[in-house]
Amino acid sequence: MSSIKPIRPALYSPSLLTAPPVDQTGVEERAARFTKRSIKGDSKMQGLLLTLSMIDLTTLEGKDTTGKVEQLCYKALHLHDAFEGLPTVAAICVYPSQVRTAKNALGGSAVKVASVATAFPAGQSSRSIKLSETRFAVEEGADEIDMVISRGAFLAGEYAFVFDEIAAIKEVCGQARLKVILETGELGSLDEVRKASQLAIAAGADFIKTSTGKIQPAATLPVTLVMLETIRDHYYKTGNRVGMKPAGGISTSKLALHYLVMLNETLGPDWMHPHWFRFGASSLANNVLMQIAKEKEGCYQAPHYFSVD
Amino acid sequence: MKKANDRIAVLKTYKLYIGGQFPRTESGRYYAALDAKGNKIANLCLASRKDCREAIGAARTALGNWSMRAAYNRGQILYRIAEMLESRKDQFIAELCAQGMSRSAARKETVGAIDRLIHYAGWCDKYQALFSTVNPVASNHYNFSVCEPMGVVVLFAPESPLLGLVSVLAPCIAGGNTAIVIAHQFKALCAISLAEVLNSSDVPVGVVNILTGNQAELMPWLAEHKDVNAIVQSQKDPSLLSDLRKKATGNLKRVIHWPVIDWHDTAVQSPYRITDLQEIKTTWHPIQQIAGSGSSY
Amino acid sequence: MATKNKSTIKPLRLGAGWKYAPAPESSASAQIQHQYELFIDGKWQPPKKGAYLESINPATEKKLYRAAVATEQDVDKAVAAAQKGFDKYWKKMSGKDRGKYIFRIARLMQEQARELSVMETLDGGKPIRESRDIDIPLACNHFFYYAGWADKLEYALPNRTAKPLGVAAQITPWNFPLLMAAWKLAPALATGNTVVLKPAETTSLTTLKLASIIQEADLPPGVVNILTGAGETGSALVRHPNINKIAFTGSTAVGKWIQQETAASTKKLTLELGGKAANIVFSDAPIDQAVEGVVNGIFFNQGHVCCAGSRLYVQESIASVFIQKLKDRMATLLVGDPMDKNTDIGAINSAAQLDKINQYIRLGKKEGAHHYESDARLPQKGFFCRPTLFTKVAQSSRLAQEEIFGPVLAILTFRTEDEVIEKANNTPYGLSAGVWTDKGSRIFNMSRRLKAGVVWANAYNLFDPASPFGGYKESGYGREGGWHGLYPYLTF
Repeated sequence: MSSIKPIRPALYSPSLLTAPPVDQTGVEERAARFTKRSIKGDSKMQGLLLTLSMIDLTTLEGKDTTGKVEQLCYKALHLHDAFEGLPTVAAICVYPSQVRTAKNALGGSAVKVASVATAFPAGQSSRSIKLSETRFAVEEGADEIDMVISRGAFLAGEYAFVFDEIAAIKEVCGQARLKVILETGELGSLDEVRKASQLAIAAGADFIKTSTGKIQPAATLPVTLVMLETIRDHYYKTGNRVGMKPAGGISTSKLALHYLVMLNETLGPDWMHPHWFRFGASSLANNVLMQIAKEKEGCYQAPHYFSVD
Repeated sequence: MKKANDRIAVLKTYKLYIGGQFPRTESGRYYAALDAKGNKIANLCLASRKDCREAIGAARTALGNWSMRAAYNRGQILYRIAEMLESRKDQFIAELCAQGMSRSAARKETVGAIDRLIHYAGWCDKYQALFSTVNPVASNHYNFSVCEPMGVVVLFAPESPLLGLVSVLAPCIAGGNTAIVIAHQFKALCAISLAEVLNSSDVPVGVVNILTGNQAELMPWLAEHKDVNAIVQSQKDPSLLSDLRKKATGNLKRVIHWPVIDWHDTAVQSPYRITDLQEIKTTWHPIQQIAGSGSSY
Repeated sequence: MATKNKSTIKPLRLGAGWKYAPAPESSASAQIQHQYELFIDGKWQPPKKGAYLESINPATEKKLYRAAVATEQDVDKAVAAAQKGFDKYWKKMSGKDRGKYIFRIARLMQEQARELSVMETLDGGKPIRESRDIDIPLACNHFFYYAGWADKLEYALPNRTAKPLGVAAQITPWNFPLLMAAWKLAPALATGNTVVLKPAETTSLTTLKLASIIQEADLPPGVVNILTGAGETGSALVRHPNINKIAFTGSTAVGKWIQQETAASTKKLTLELGGKAANIVFSDAPIDQAVEGVVNGIFFNQGHVCCAGSRLYVQESIASVFIQKLKDRMATLLVGDPMDKNTDIGAINSAAQLDKINQYIRLGKKEGAHHYESDARLPQKGFFCRPTLFTKVAQSSRLAQEEIFGPVLAILTFRTEDEVIEKANNTPYGLSAGVWTDKGSRIFNMSRRLKAGVVWANAYNLFDPASPFGGYKESGYGREGGWHGLYPYLTF
């Protein structure tokens, strides 16, 4: 599957924002319905393996070092070698300064390197700095760029500014796929989430992503549902797919399976693939591994049987 | 026999009241209103099923506007009816006397009717507050129930010629319904005179329609008419109800019985008369839940 | 899907991917007896004439239990027991004590909720998710809500002293057996009436279980009597001279018959009957939530819902995309074993009902409407029906006028608010309606203009013990639930 699209100068127009209103209570009721699905047996194992393969294993700390990133990359490739047939995660997600390290550590594997950029997490910097940071990450070898939108400008109604910024970053990304972080926890309502999703997609996002992980609330089922529905509307209109990445707060396999049920019933099987759906998470992988072990061994597990990186 | 210098009296023609007009019955039929001694006072229209049909049509047309009016405005109009009745008190007393009532009884009947109108005029914008509810449902929804008029209501007026009639009419229209009143066959003069009062009291066209005639003859047509929402029977005799209920099943119109013995008793005036002719409508709407993060205000 | 619009809508492949393995709820928790007697005067008593009716599980067509058929003599006995229960105990008891008994019933039901859920699903065919999450909890809540009213009736009717009516005859339908029993019993008992209740003959199980819970709660004998049986039992009950009140939920035809039959009596009557509700979606609606509301409106409980949103009015400007979304959503509805926790649409309640639904589907096709159903695989055994919709339905078609009581949606389009109000009200029914729009002032206008007892705005098919429910026009009269639900059981 290729994500290469012709790079075109996307132009902002107010008519891009035609999102229908969102009723929060209705969204929450729908989201709660997904959690009522009972996932057992083969379906569960299938879901757990898919979850692992969709993880963007993440470390985004001031104290990140080469050593830490290298260990994480090893984990990405060897989730739990005691079990055969486990997939690798989808990507390692790091700061731009660690992209080269990660790229080298992952060698020629299929695991992607994603780099946050654009003055992550707040995005409070100049356009030129954001562009040059993105350019740096891409030059270092990033396969994917996780940018943040300018929430201040968005909430101030400067949609053209936000749009142009995304479009400009997209241009600099070149072959790298662009994930646009809306930081939904700062947007204030699901209507704004809907609008921001639409704006990001129109400006060229390959993925839309809920959160930086630095702000609470981060990803939730209702927020993700609204974003998936925006992706669906875009697909209905254009036939083009956009990926989705909930990030932050998804730390249990049970919750991850709820997300997959939601994905399965909102966008369907064509999105049930790491190319179109990611979990931004750090501790999710081990929790999924514990569940896989429980399915295999039949008994409940303890955390110290699984490597902590 | 007229004496030489007597003025020749001008006799009043009593007609029906339909859609703000005073037509004669389309059937051309009539009957005599008699005084206590059995002497003829006047001719009255013996309304037909087609007159009923016309009246129901007029009431249906009037319903939208009347039911949507501000309750305050309905109250003012009911008060206006009382005012007009007060100013024509003597006419009604004379008419009641002519129909065989003593002067003191006639006076009591008339002022009772005026006071009853004032009572219900005041209820127009208040019963809702007593009988509507905000319901604390367990989900994130705002839920409230309000009273709404049933719609087109047929009122079989009781024998009490003015007070009884007003006592069934006032709660009906106070609640936003429109009415077809079938006057008591033998006490019908005041009903038509009341129509004249209504017609000059800002009551919109068609809100009240008054027919004179044989209640028993008209009952099946009214009870089976599918564009009538409710029927009030105020005769004491419960046997009248059975047939009415049966005939009313066609469209499940509501049949209400107000078996009143003494219309002067103030216990018969109450907001429950209004709510007897109201439906309850419940509306749900989601409530968005956004509060300052972690706050409980 | 090709439409007149300039752009075509790209369909999704929903329902084709990840399949959920069966997740059946265990039926072990349900202690189902082979045979049930009548519950009269606090005791289980065999029917005088000794007849029983078999009840099957509509999902498997296997026999589940048999229940007694009450005849006139049994009705007589039950009414006498209720009268005695009223005079000897219930009338004399303080509201506080009455309330405590009803609270007790609520608590015992909550404790046995799982068993009740399983029974409801086995007996009626509704998905276990619905009996577990909706029917049974709501039924418990209903008792809990009305229990609290029992000692507060002096506040119920302003300036009036409320009194009970006496013996209430109650007849419940097969679509929400325990919930409807709760809707009937709880307010009747709280207001001080005693009861003879007859559940529907295809779904008596949870009501019989409730009888044993009432026995366990140690209610005085005769306060609640449960008679099983079919139409003849019901008519004997309705005709019985010593009852003071009838509360019926069921078809409009039977409701009318009851009004006829009781015309000469002083029995106070409340009827909760059929419906053909309009669910109205404006172009400014929260579309995705509206899709969900429409799905929930018509496919909840296989569409066996008197207030089902069976007529969808969608504004023409959004009709094509809305219908596409609806079809995509339908593709994810899982039809099948009601005991599977993932099942969205369970079994049609009976062979007769399935037959009726299929007749309407054939009729719709004959009338020229466009038929669409999901490609859900149906089980070999049992009574099942795919979620179905018809587009290009005319207002004058029978599909848009008659109650189907199944998972069949008739879709009509409209252009203006004025038009849709007229069309929505263009029915003899008036139970419920749905409105989807983002505009507050429009919601209030619609809510005022729609002739229906319940209006869900940006929501559908929600129920709560505190919320009055009941219809306008031929959907019946009287309200159940909330403060207004007390009135039908009181006199002053």
